[in-house]
Amino acid sequence: MSSRREVLRTLLGAPLLGQALASGWLAGCGGSGGGDPLARVEGELLGPDLTAGHRLRDGIPVEALRAAPTEHLRLAILGGGPAGLSAAYRASATLSEGVALFELEPVLGGTARSAESAVTPYPWGAHYLPMPMAHNPDLLALLQDMNALEPDPQEGGELRGAEALLVREPESRIFHQGYWERGLYPYAGASADDLAELARFRQKVDEYVRYRDSQGRRAFAIPVALSTTDEQVMALDRLSAAAWLDREGFRSARLRWLVDYACRDDYGLRAEQASAWAMLFYWVARTEEPGEDTVDLLTWPEGNGALVNHMAARAAQRGVRLERGQMAVQVVARDPGAGDASAPVEIIIQDTGTNTLRRVTADRCIVAMPRFVANRVVRGLAERDPQVAERFTYGAWMVANLHVRERPSSRGVGECWDNVLYDSPSLGYVSATHQRGRDHGPGVLTYYWPLATADAAEGRRNLFEADYGTWRDAILSDLRRAHRHLPEELTRLDVFRWGHAMIQPRVGMLASETRRAAAAPLGAVHFAHSDLSGIAIFEEAFYHGVRAADEALAALATPPGALATPPQGA
Amino acid sequence: MADTGTAPGPAPSSLRTPLLFVTVLVVSTSGLVYELLAGAYSSYVLGDSVRQFSTTIGVYLFAMGIGSYLSRYVKRDIGRRFVEVELGAALVGGGSVPLLQLGAAYTDAFAILLYGTIIAIGTLVGLEIPLLMRILKEELEFDELVARVLTFDYIGALFGSILFAIVFVPSLGLMRTSLFFGLLNCGVAAMGVTLLSGLIAPAVRTRLRVSAFFLALGLGITFAYADRIIDYTEQALYPNPIVHAQQSRYQRIVMTRGMRGTQLFLDGNLQFSSNDEYRYHEALVHPAFAATQRHERVLILGGGDGLAVREVLKYPDVREVVLVDLDPAMTRLAREDAFLRELNGDSLGDPRVRVINDDAMVWLDERARAGGQGEGTQSTPFDVLIVDFPDPNNFSLGKLYTRSFYRILQTAMSDASAVVVQSTSPLYARQSFWCIEATMREAGLVTHAFHATVPSFGEWGYVLARRVPFEPPGEPLLAGLRFLDGPTLASLFVFGPDMAAVPVETNRLNNQMLVRYYEREWSRVE
Repeated sequence: MSSRREVLRTLLGAPLLGQALASGWLAGCGGSGGGDPLARVEGELLGPDLTAGHRLRDGIPVEALRAAPTEHLRLAILGGGPAGLSAAYRASATLSEGVALFELEPVLGGTARSAESAVTPYPWGAHYLPMPMAHNPDLLALLQDMNALEPDPQEGGELRGAEALLVREPESRIFHQGYWERGLYPYAGASADDLAELARFRQKVDEYVRYRDSQGRRAFAIPVALSTTDEQVMALDRLSAAAWLDREGFRSARLRWLVDYACRDDYGLRAEQASAWAMLFYWVARTEEPGEDTVDLLTWPEGNGALVNHMAARAAQRGVRLERGQMAVQVVARDPGAGDASAPVEIIIQDTGTNTLRRVTADRCIVAMPRFVANRVVRGLAERDPQVAERFTYGAWMVANLHVRERPSSRGVGECWDNVLYDSPSLGYVSATHQRGRDHGPGVLTYYWPLATADAAEGRRNLFEADYGTWRDAILSDLRRAHRHLPEELTRLDVFRWGHAMIQPRVGMLASETRRAAAAPLGAVHFAHSDLSGIAIFEEAFYHGVRAADEALAALATPPGALATPPQGA
Repeated sequence: MADTGTAPGPAPSSLRTPLLFVTVLVVSTSGLVYELLAGAYSSYVLGDSVRQFSTTIGVYLFAMGIGSYLSRYVKRDIGRRFVEVELGAALVGGGSVPLLQLGAAYTDAFAILLYGTIIAIGTLVGLEIPLLMRILKEELEFDELVARVLTFDYIGALFGSILFAIVFVPSLGLMRTSLFFGLLNCGVAAMGVTLLSGLIAPAVRTRLRVSAFFLALGLGITFAYADRIIDYTEQALYPNPIVHAQQSRYQRIVMTRGMRGTQLFLDGNLQFSSNDEYRYHEALVHPAFAATQRHERVLILGGGDGLAVREVLKYPDVREVVLVDLDPAMTRLAREDAFLRELNGDSLGDPRVRVINDDAMVWLDERARAGGQGEGTQSTPFDVLIVDFPDPNNFSLGKLYTRSFYRILQTAMSDASAVVVQSTSPLYARQSFWCIEATMREAGLVTHAFHATVPSFGEWGYVLARRVPFEPPGEPLLAGLRFLDGPTLASLFVFGPDMAAVPVETNRLNNQMLVRYYEREWSRVE
């Protein structure tokens, strides 16, 4: 057992903890006496349903497997996160009957889930979507379906993000040396060398933005599947972002901080662990033309909750049954060539409330779960891809939502949408009320903290070792540097612990044959999840959801038996 | 300060050398802090922190070179010169922020003052280390001396930079930080007199101690009264004496009074001057009333001073006025301040007027969302809408001039309603003015721009708009106005070539073009 102080040191690092202790503020908290200034702050510790997940390990009673099927589905979708909902959204456009989606949690949305309080809706996970480029028509069509696009008269009527959804200026600020500055790069006090390196880094990015391979593919594209596979670019996956910076002679501490920040922000990894491919992807895939800024960002008060909620509502409206609290505990794919009378897929589902089991059969099944879960649920999958267990690692994240009476005062630039702290283990926070234009009064700050340790399991241990009080102290120790009066403004602080939040594009993962092979169907079972891209962003989940749905739909449209190998979706 | 009154004489040699190294540490720490202070303060006043920091650091380092070079001309009395240099650094460095603050308020030559100060401090700091090394060369071998002095010098630099950001600026602020380090320099000077007593003649020692004492006293008093100095400099921003100043949650509200009436400033920007505000408010309200038939329900966004309401209440057919102003401190002042009440005719106390303190955009948005279920007047459109926000000089205000805002505004309008938007100066901020007009058009409104001369502001602009095509009004509906009659009103819609429309981009939430136009254009005027 570690003491709270030791856990805090692990989370914050010694200098930050020292600073928090020196300020005398930490000492007053969490004490047994009545002097705790945070005693009035409400809050709870949240997380995905782990007890249900752990039951997977316990095995399934034999009688459940022999029971008569309760129903037969044309398409079963297992998992109600962004990938599963994308599959349901896509499939329901052509298939209106016999489609059901089963989600283990009581809420849909996975890591894009959101919540709402009297103040505002707010995200519990992903919170924005870069405006898709023309090479991603399916995602553009989703946005159009959501009324999230509008023609821009200034751009000759070209479709752009709707004004109310594009991140409102001022977009971001950074806390550095006691002051908030505009933007994400701390310019104040930067040396000429720092600035020259920043400019050179942008040139490097622009070189990749300009790049096209012989087939006209970009070096880095969203979705990842549209990126070039040329060796020259793929070689970047064999070294870490930090090694790439070394190789290219980037030494500026500020630039290296920015790169490290980007790796933690998108992948929950340090620059030493993330591959250089993934790091460059962060900038290049979001820049349309060399010399341009990155594309516009679309956001909603509830973050990407708006995307998953829309897809869920649309799918339900088109006849898909969305069942929550229903955990798929076993999936058995029959060999489609075997020609026996039984259905191609058998699924055992457990009601997480009553623990009762039922047996469902389906013509096709889309497993939209992270691979480490799918490996336990789908019979024969772990054996088919034995390398997956080692290649696919998942990072742990802590996300907190802080309800404040009034925006905490700050020195320098006032509150922006994205508020980042230099030299912090956290990524800073996003203001949920920003997009609605409420700049004063009560607000909700969504604060992100990836456990970016060298070893993913260690990060997970740190995540769960810290209890509510420890997380609260860690969060406030970090934020109090920038907002001295934050504790007085705080009314509620909720902490969400994501044990397996995101797939990690460590060195070698993206370019690996293991990753590419993992997406192949197993009999009549198709796979959809952002982890198949190696990059946990909504666009990748959506891509795989759509791809898997298209694969399943094509197979359903073909007479049984005629299909030796299901077609690969575009 | 450090003078303990003990008999002068060389300190025990075992302590003397370490104490001199402490001196090196303090000297280099405070040198670095002065440099950071100058950089930070100049970025506040002049903006562009990258340029300010880089030029400050460059000039400062160069000045240190001058100081080092000059040290060769100090041939005799090294001890005394060292203490004098310390006192000089205490005076110029310690007084630098108060000096720069006064300079920003009272002079037009802030840059000259800034670089003069930086060069002076840099030169003095550049003198310190060479002199100290020469003093210490008697005690140590050359290689040992250089190693140790430079080590302490760089440790001091680290101290300075870390303490500056983490401890001093957050807890003391810029002004007190500069004074505090001035005091430290005084302390080093006083200690130096004692440590180097062997090198300084007794009479000179006394003189130096007295100088150090008075300098420390001066810096100490300034340290204690730093807040008063800030008040004093705020006055310097205004031409007339401040009669009321308060910091609300949202802005600084200042009223001043002079020969030509009373003025209200929000965050330093003039909102009205009592001698000519009638021209501004008549032009704001009466053309909009003349552009529509019904005047039962009036919405005023901004305008917490109650002066627009005063004009609105002149119409007998007005039955309800809703005024939405963000700042309760402003509307309270308009209701309670005797002078303001007299000027606005106690308009906010009228039973027809309802005051709502909220962000106008959020209020309109929530009203529109609730519109479906709203009862009675909740969802009824307004007949006349008057949009009277402060100029778009920051992003929070800039959002109230975006296409999104004008779209939401139309949810409170019918085809019969008219809206007027105060739109800054078409003469001084021509692109800004036409940007507002173009943005309203892009949001679907039909517009007629007009302008009026308000001596305190200069040439001022407005945009009148409806959801359907309409003719600009011919004459005001009320007789007996001070500024507007028929021919005058018609003339307001005519723009001379120096104010005519220019091509502009429209203002969106995600680009806030207007704030950029506005900053650029007004920085040219001021």
